[in-house]
Amino acid sequence: MREVDLENLLLKRDKRAIAKAITMAENGDTKVYEMIKNLYNNTGKAYVIGITGPPGVGKSTLTNEIARFLLKDNNSVGILAVDPTSLFSGGAILGDRVRMSDIALDENIYIRSMGTRGKLGGLAKATRASIHILDIVGMDYIIVETSGVGQSEIDIVKASDTNVMVLSPDMGDDIQAIKSGIMEIGDIFVVNKSDREGADKTAAEINFMLDLNSKSNWRPPVLEVSALYRKGCDTLLYKIKEHRHYLEKTGGLKERRLKNLRWEILEIIIDNLMKDLSEKISQENIDELINTEYAGLTNPYMIAESIYKNLKEGFK
Amino acid sequence: MKRPIRVLVAKPGLDGHDRGAKVIARAFKDAGMEVIYTGLRQTPEQIVEAAIQEDVDVIALSILSGAHNTLFPKIMNLLKCRGAEDIMVIAGGIIPDEDIPFLKSVGIKEIFTPGTPTSKAVEYVIENVKV
Repeated sequence: MREVDLENLLLKRDKRAIAKAITMAENGDTKVYEMIKNLYNNTGKAYVIGITGPPGVGKSTLTNEIARFLLKDNNSVGILAVDPTSLFSGGAILGDRVRMSDIALDENIYIRSMGTRGKLGGLAKATRASIHILDIVGMDYIIVETSGVGQSEIDIVKASDTNVMVLSPDMGDDIQAIKSGIMEIGDIFVVNKSDREGADKTAAEINFMLDLNSKSNWRPPVLEVSALYRKGCDTLLYKIKEHRHYLEKTGGLKERRLKNLRWEILEIIIDNLMKDLSEKISQENIDELINTEYAGLTNPYMIAESIYKNLKEGFK
Repeated sequence: MKRPIRVLVAKPGLDGHDRGAKVIARAFKDAGMEVIYTGLRQTPEQIVEAAIQEDVDVIALSILSGAHNTLFPKIMNLLKCRGAEDIMVIAGGIIPDEDIPFLKSVGIKEIFTPGTPTSKAVEYVIENVKV
């Protein structure tokens, strides 16, 4: 597909074109960035919802339910579902679609599974570019489902407008709940699988924690939901919209998007630097230096300093 | 830059279990591929839609029910209608030898019957997909 054709097809929301563009972003094909630049005026209209939480809490099922409600209200929806890439083989099993087959054929939806491809933080390397692509094609909502996160994968908060933190009953004691990291980044908390025992207790623990650290005017609600039995999903959607209104009314949305933009710019620069660096210095380079120039030295600081000094010269 | 091959492992029709599909999915993953799995009981429409949205290089169909002669041609037809006949389609499962020529004639590239080691399917994909 030629780039011009691809641009035109994207604007017509052609699903194959969206898919090709996202593939280009995933593979680091720089032509896609030119395209995003050309079409960037079309961005900023989509509302980005993050769905995050530990593995197995029901993020995909919940994503499916939210999308179903949004579609019913005549919205178009793009879903980016991230799953981990194996560090050893580079392969990945992307299984989030299993929970989304009932909406996958709707003409107003586009669903894409993404492997993290070595990126830590809960998102894939190309997730941000893919958000732009889905924004350009005119999706009303973009739902980003992170890979299962632990206690520090919080990149989603830098890419979303409203972030939903999903947990399940009996996820840990009070101490787990006050830990920093993922517990600090929910605009809305969901205790999914509320049909199971322990949901009330988990919700109470989260509420207790939120009361301790509520600094902002938005106090994140804690909702008990059963995505599988479709209970409480309407309330969740209502809360997402309420959060959106809150952000729009207080100027918080502008502020948040500016903050996200800053993160993104920084990330792009760091990415480029890393690319340059890895061209200039490889594992073999370092081995060679250890074995020859610095033979006998075991001090990592000395070796690193010396290499870094040379690199800096190279950048000038 | 080397990119991972993307494979959709799909189960068309009314099979009751998907162990075979999961085993082959795992083998593809261990060979460094990105495997999209969509679960049991998929219609040809769902499979083709998923393949297009996920921009896969390969569709690997797994079938045990005996409905391959009906379902596979439908899938191939839909791919053609959507202009996606460049996606390679392979298949595995309980497929009698005498059905293979017909299935190949509708465009299934290769068929792996019971007893084939997973490595054979993996090799076939690596050899036949341009990355």
